[in-house]
Amino acid sequence: MHEWALAEAVISTALEVSKEKNIKEITELRIKMGELQQIDLEIFEFALSELTKNHDILKKTKIKIKTEKAIFRCNVCGHEWSFAKDRLTSEESESIHFVPEIVHTYMRCPKCSSPDFEIIKGRGVWLDSIEVR
Amino acid sequence: MDPRLNIIDERLKNIKKVIAVSGGKGGIGKSSVASVLSLNLSKMGYRVGLLDMDFCGPSTHIILGIKDIYPEEDKGVIPPESHGIKFMSIIYYAGDNPSPLRGVDISNALIELLAVTLWGELDFLIIDMPPGIGDAILDVIRLIKKTEFLVITTPSKVALETVKKVLKMLKELGIQTIGVVENMKTGESYTKKEIEKLEIPYLGEIYFDKDFENSIGDTERLLKTEFARSIKNIILKTFNNF
Repeated sequence: MHEWALAEAVISTALEVSKEKNIKEITELRIKMGELQQIDLEIFEFALSELTKNHDILKKTKIKIKTEKAIFRCNVCGHEWSFAKDRLTSEESESIHFVPEIVHTYMRCPKCSSPDFEIIKGRGVWLDSIEVR
Repeated sequence: MDPRLNIIDERLKNIKKVIAVSGGKGGIGKSSVASVLSLNLSKMGYRVGLLDMDFCGPSTHIILGIKDIYPEEDKGVIPPESHGIKFMSIIYYAGDNPSPLRGVDISNALIELLAVTLWGELDFLIIDMPPGIGDAILDVIRLIKKTEFLVITTPSKVALETVKKVLKMLKELGIQTIGVVENMKTGESYTKKEIEKLEIPYLGEIYFDKDFENSIGDTERLLKTEFARSIKNIILKTFNNF
């Protein structure tokens, strides 16, 4: 249920922006969710809907969530690849869900086996845009 | 915009004092001091959290003999308690496996942990810092604005020269330094004079304690060591008004 904690972070940020810019109503929030977070979208959306209820400014807000695919690039051989959850055990996958950087513990470059790779895309939570009235 | 950054202050708002145990060099006893400091504070009745920020070489769980615990989830991650200390470490997720992380990954992992960890009310949050004067120190300063630094050195000139750099950097950035603890002392040293020249409090000395290594993993034995007694004296002297 740390989906709830991330939802709180999104709502807290939207409220702070609205306070700073003196916004009266937020009509839409666009959220980009990294695939590596492996968030349960149903729980995340439920948490967002519960948290928006407490704030007049967010009562009519439409929330759009886009998942960004995870892409990795090896710093040693330059190979690029995407996230394959089915190659991990459920414990490994669960650990990456909590701290996505732990992927360096359980994944290696499929070409040269190095643990030295970059997460180019698909990690973290981003508040992409806020539409207002 | 990364919303996780926005919630960190909220997550830490009920913590009275955040102390980063740092020192620049490796092998000078940062983790030992952070662990025994947490243990002593807990035994003295304070509410204590310990965050092991040495993601590439976590060791406070070994010193405190912490095993077979795992955080609970309830609208966030709740650090489990061991010996009265709320304990958070990457070991819950990486186990005994190596975590070869570059700077940007260390920053992201720290942001994630700070955004989702629900510490609740604490008197002290102790952070065991990794060696080095780069990413980790800069991230703690950036992300945990109320952090104060407790700096560890040894009588070695090599350690002291790095510690001076850490102290100068903290001073330049306007960050609160509680003071310096001299660890692994064996005889006379110039450390106290050198630290006082920088107008930083010299909090005390810990003599090299050969019983410490044999007490690792056993908190009852740890508390009986000269090392733990020295740290208790430093706590009583430094936090007597807290």
